[in-house]
Amino acid sequence: MLFKDLRKGLAVTIGYLFRRPVTVQYPDEKLIPPVRSRWRHYLGVFPDGKIRCIDCGLCERVCPPKVIKIIPVINEDGTKSAGKYEIDLGRCMYCGFCVEVCPELAILMSSEDYEFANYDRDKLVYQKESLLKGRNKDNE
Amino acid sequence: MSVETREMLINMGPQHPSTHGVLRIILKLDGERIAGSEPEVGYLHRGFEKLAENMLYQQFIPYTDRLDYLASMNNNQSYVVAVERLLGIKAPPRAQAIRVIMSELGRIASHLVWLATHALDIGAMTVFLYCFREREAIIDLFEAAAGNRLNYNYARIGGVAFDLPKGFKENLQKFLDIFPEKLDEYHRLLTKNRIWLSRTKGIGILTKEQAINWGTSGPVLRGSGVEWDIRKAFPYDGYENYDFDVPTNQTGDVYGRYLVRMEEMRQSRRIIQQAIEHLPDGPVILQDSPYVSPSKEKIMTENFSLMKHMVLTIKGMRTPVATLYSATENPKGELGFYIVSDGSGKPYKLKIRAPSFINISAMPTMLKGNYVADVIAVIGSLDFVFGECDR
Repeated sequence: MLFKDLRKGLAVTIGYLFRRPVTVQYPDEKLIPPVRSRWRHYLGVFPDGKIRCIDCGLCERVCPPKVIKIIPVINEDGTKSAGKYEIDLGRCMYCGFCVEVCPELAILMSSEDYEFANYDRDKLVYQKESLLKGRNKDNE
Repeated sequence: MSVETREMLINMGPQHPSTHGVLRIILKLDGERIAGSEPEVGYLHRGFEKLAENMLYQQFIPYTDRLDYLASMNNNQSYVVAVERLLGIKAPPRAQAIRVIMSELGRIASHLVWLATHALDIGAMTVFLYCFREREAIIDLFEAAAGNRLNYNYARIGGVAFDLPKGFKENLQKFLDIFPEKLDEYHRLLTKNRIWLSRTKGIGILTKEQAINWGTSGPVLRGSGVEWDIRKAFPYDGYENYDFDVPTNQTGDVYGRYLVRMEEMRQSRRIIQQAIEHLPDGPVILQDSPYVSPSKEKIMTENFSLMKHMVLTIKGMRTPVATLYSATENPKGELGFYIVSDGSGKPYKLKIRAPSFINISAMPTMLKGNYVADVIAVIGSLDFVFGECDR
């Protein structure tokens, strides 16, 4: 038969004409990422709102692209905590090592908050105040 | 009047849509035929080998993701196997099985992208869409297990980062059940298609001797009829326990390499099926090893564990003074790490033997005498990734 080989291929594609599409129309429909997804960082706090970070500096040390910067403060009771905590999300490689090494559950990564694209690189440098905001459920 | 003929130099790339990244080929043309060619690489050089000298062994794992970014799981595995061999440790059986599952899934995903882009370059657009649909299923599995969609950072020295998530096995089985059907579909679209045959058969021939002399590895070598697979020759992570074949093809042309990779996907599926049926129980990372940080619960409750964790994170492991070359079978070929250790937590020198880089060097031999349009077919059949080639 003429062009038998080509018809065989076309039969496959024509079969797909009558099936439902597999794509998702992103801004209208959103998929929920799995719980292990590593997206925006946030800082852990105690139930009374006190910041958990004790400024041990492990996340600063382990971070491969060195995007974390902590400036410590000494509280009235003599304990240390993060006075300034800065993450440059524009340079972060989302490896999750900071979360892995933290001995105090003070830095965590959100599995839901992935829409933080920005036109300005400077706005991707997140300070302590914005890292404390936008926590997800398991931080409560 | 006499007509003068001379060879013409033409640049292909570095921004040609079909060069898969930033490859520049300087073609010397005799009419439509290629008289000589010279691939130029290095546009994506990021200095990973130098970077590695300035960071701890465990810190380099996310960088290996960015070598061959279509098969990050395989690179992770390759690197941690090299470091484990240096330290003389072995991951627990469950971690080994998980790594095998992940790297074989990575092989399927990488070959799907190869098939998609190779077919797209030659003119079969439908295959591209279908292959990416199947790859999406694999990436969803990876995302559930490792937390990222492309750069997973999943393997650790002495195991893997996390155990398999809930529902992973069921989803994986679902994928394995539908995959052979889809593979048959690609075969129906391409394998006997006369356009595909005339574009690929007899093009870019690399004989057995040439393939060995150029040092090629992976499907390029097997497509030239050499039965060589690191998984069989120097098994790692328990590959000796799995039953699989090494597909070869004697023709050495673009079509031969196509058939080899198509069969490799089927063999990878076989390995995964065996691995999930006999998945051992137990820990996924070494316990009480001097090279591995304790679990988070221990770090937060025991003082000794916290100290050990801090030393490992800040100073790194105490490695033996040794040099070592360790290679694994990646989708692209033999990915090797040559580590020179001076006993500190940072490698003194880390050399990456990138399969793409070495396979590209065989390209002038393949191209000689072919037409300009066949360059695209040959590039597609070599399946290189520039993250790895230029590293």
